[in-house]
Amino acid sequence: MIRYLVKRLCLFVPLLLVITLLSFCLVRIAPGGPFDRERAPLTPEVEQQLKARYHLDESLLKQYMRFLSGALQLDFGPSLRYRSHSVYEIIQESAPVSAILGLLAFGFALGFGLPVGFYTAARRGRWQDYTSSLIIIVMMCTPGFILAPILVLVLSLKLKLLPPALWGNIEHVVLPTIALGLIYAGRVARLFRGSLLEVSQNEFILLARAKGLPESKVLLRHVARLAILPVVTYCGPMLADLLTGSFVIENIFQIPGSGMMFVHAALNSDYTLVVGLVTFYAITLISLNLCVDVCYAVIDPRIRYE
Amino acid sequence: MRSHRAAITKTTPNLKKKFRDRVAQITQTFAISLLGTLVCVGCNFKASRPDLVIINGTEPESLDPAIITGFAEMRIAMALFEGLARPDPITGKPIPGLAERWEATDGGRVWTFYLRTNARWSTGEPISAEDVRQSWLRVLKQETAANYAALLFCVKGAMEFYYGKTTNPETVGITVLNPTTLSIKLTKPVPYFLDICALPVTSVVPWQVIQTQSDRWLKTRPLPSSGAFQLVHWKANHSIRLAKNPYYWDAENTQLNIVDILPIGSPSTALNLYLRGYADIIWDKDMIPPELLEDLLRRPDFHKFDYLATYFIRFNVTKPPFNDSRVRKAFAMAIDKERIVSKITRAGEKIANSFVPPQTANYIPAEGLPFDPARARRLLAEAGYPEGKGFPVVQYSFDAAARGAAKLNGKIAVELQNMWQNALGVRVELRQLERKIFFSAQSQLDYDISRSSWVADYNDPSTFLELFTSYNGNNRTGWKNATYDELITAAAVEPDKQKRAQLYYQAETILIKEDPPIVPLFYFTGVNVFDTNKVAGIHQNVLDLHPLNAIRKISYTNTFSPPIRKHFRQP
Repeated sequence: MIRYLVKRLCLFVPLLLVITLLSFCLVRIAPGGPFDRERAPLTPEVEQQLKARYHLDESLLKQYMRFLSGALQLDFGPSLRYRSHSVYEIIQESAPVSAILGLLAFGFALGFGLPVGFYTAARRGRWQDYTSSLIIIVMMCTPGFILAPILVLVLSLKLKLLPPALWGNIEHVVLPTIALGLIYAGRVARLFRGSLLEVSQNEFILLARAKGLPESKVLLRHVARLAILPVVTYCGPMLADLLTGSFVIENIFQIPGSGMMFVHAALNSDYTLVVGLVTFYAITLISLNLCVDVCYAVIDPRIRYE
Repeated sequence: MRSHRAAITKTTPNLKKKFRDRVAQITQTFAISLLGTLVCVGCNFKASRPDLVIINGTEPESLDPAIITGFAEMRIAMALFEGLARPDPITGKPIPGLAERWEATDGGRVWTFYLRTNARWSTGEPISAEDVRQSWLRVLKQETAANYAALLFCVKGAMEFYYGKTTNPETVGITVLNPTTLSIKLTKPVPYFLDICALPVTSVVPWQVIQTQSDRWLKTRPLPSSGAFQLVHWKANHSIRLAKNPYYWDAENTQLNIVDILPIGSPSTALNLYLRGYADIIWDKDMIPPELLEDLLRRPDFHKFDYLATYFIRFNVTKPPFNDSRVRKAFAMAIDKERIVSKITRAGEKIANSFVPPQTANYIPAEGLPFDPARARRLLAEAGYPEGKGFPVVQYSFDAAARGAAKLNGKIAVELQNMWQNALGVRVELRQLERKIFFSAQSQLDYDISRSSWVADYNDPSTFLELFTSYNGNNRTGWKNATYDELITAAAVEPDKQKRAQLYYQAETILIKEDPPIVPLFYFTGVNVFDTNKVAGIHQNVLDLHPLNAIRKISYTNTFSPPIRKHFRQP
């Protein structure tokens, strides 16, 4: 296990280097630069000055080395568009926002998905099962960018229960959490339902029933405990998705998270911010994957890493 | 660490129990961290309510008055930093700012400014004439990379200083006579010099802080500001909070204590926030969904006004077929501008017969080419393409974003394509580009025809007409006309206002009629959204300037259920 961990951590560095180098070059190769705009400066000297100040006139390799030596000290330079803010500051301010939103959506997906999945499995073959299963399918097929405006229209504009956008108050988190988490709640519910039904086929469940245990006890004590395993497996990728994949929702609800920053940075050809955020996302994703793998070993004694 | 080791140890007899414990442990950890997050969310959010909330457009690039170019940035920077003059909230014309009065001598070549004795930074120290001089000199230093540095080239010695012919700041014609008096010598009389003095680029900034902090000077707290407000916080993509500057010379007339400025990315979000009463003002037309604009304009809280900005198209005159002015004229005369404003833009825009909008001061605009398809066809035939035969396929480039007014660019493109096809029998392909790529392509002349717009920096024809001189970086057409250059140069130094206007008129006639590299389509209409029963002090003017210190809130109640909502259902 320890050897496995060390091996994974050793791979971490070259992987990160490849990712940063690729994004570093791609963003610079793409047409349009950070200083292209409708109103060019009145004198061409301005652009030269800017390029020189941010070292954009140097060779790619030199720029990349400069980036690496800065990155080691967590200094990604200033954002080329929002020049008063440094890339590190932007990540520091926006990442916790995305993390809070992602974790809340994660909690919502589990908190909503598990009971629904359990309920449909318990009512298998009855009308409750069919209606709930239909609802689950609809949940799984409704992406956030469709759900979000509907939620805003109904809950905010018509019923005036919640604010339509912004971030900063407890009431602001409700709509984005649902919009972001519902599709995952659907997946969790379906996964849990399927897994519950599969486990119920086992002979020891039949035995439990034969012993005369009440159905609820059978399901909760014997079936659910085993059936939760695939859901736990799914939690890893789901958490990674939720923490890094809230671009659209952040835009619709004007949430100052790193997803929105990423979209802006890409559109503005903000080289430093793009590379900084890619590095940040890469580190987050790689570490989350590693955590998931380690968690498997902890939860399931059948898994061994060598 | 303990659990890791447990995982490696060989299977124990009591595997089942261990397994259950582990699941329980992990579930507990998750539950606790989730709960913790919720508590954090709850605690982090402080509920301090601002007096006024403004939707300002996208996230400002900077608040440094020397480098900003956009309206969204300028509106905030002008609240923070003031220059010798400031714009009048009603007319937009320059009125005394930090300078209490001024006089022009030597036929408008020498200006003496008398600073207010009660002019102070938000930190309490007095603002001196030296602060003004240093702020102007900062703009003229190349390392500042000020976009509008060239506006100050009318100051004696400024150009030489900028281009490094001399490094001695004493050679620049800005002299401090005493701590409250400043004299500025110009190379020529400039009729719009006071307008320049009221622009953000010349406002007074804390140059000593800037010297030590460079790019990060706006992050210093407390940040000394010279305007009616001071900066409390600036969270990227979240909000900018301004508070009243108690030391501002006119602080007694500043009505608002705390103002929140929201950067919003999508117009529908902006409109939702306004309709629910979370924002008091939307003062950027790009922040209103264009599909709804026509209906929304019937509401009493949507205020429409004309400002100095023109939507036009550029031709790339460096390559065929548009190197032939007859082809360009034919394309110009095949455009039914009336159709574009009535069918697409629909916010009451007026069609543009000239590049310089008619409300521009010191000027009467020229008359461009009319809509005349028959003559357009004749011209195209003369150029060797009768009925469009043999005419190469050309591209119309435009930027179309999903956001705000940029959405209309695509619709206008389709309409133009149709008009040219029908009137001239030519095929025009549409080429949609991302914003940054579009501007890069435009400045590299990588296009045939391209969409363009221009907003006045100050109220004078020169802000428009200087654009198409052969040496201007924003020309972007490859068009060079010696007579045009001469006329513009002559107009710039002409002291007589009437003669000056005449010279500009002749120049514009070349630009839009005789040898046109551009076709003006329409003048922009601006929209401010606010309820006059709740907010006062916003006046619509041709420069779209609304000084924050003049704005006041009439009632502070009813933030959550605005009465205006009932009008929304109208047509």
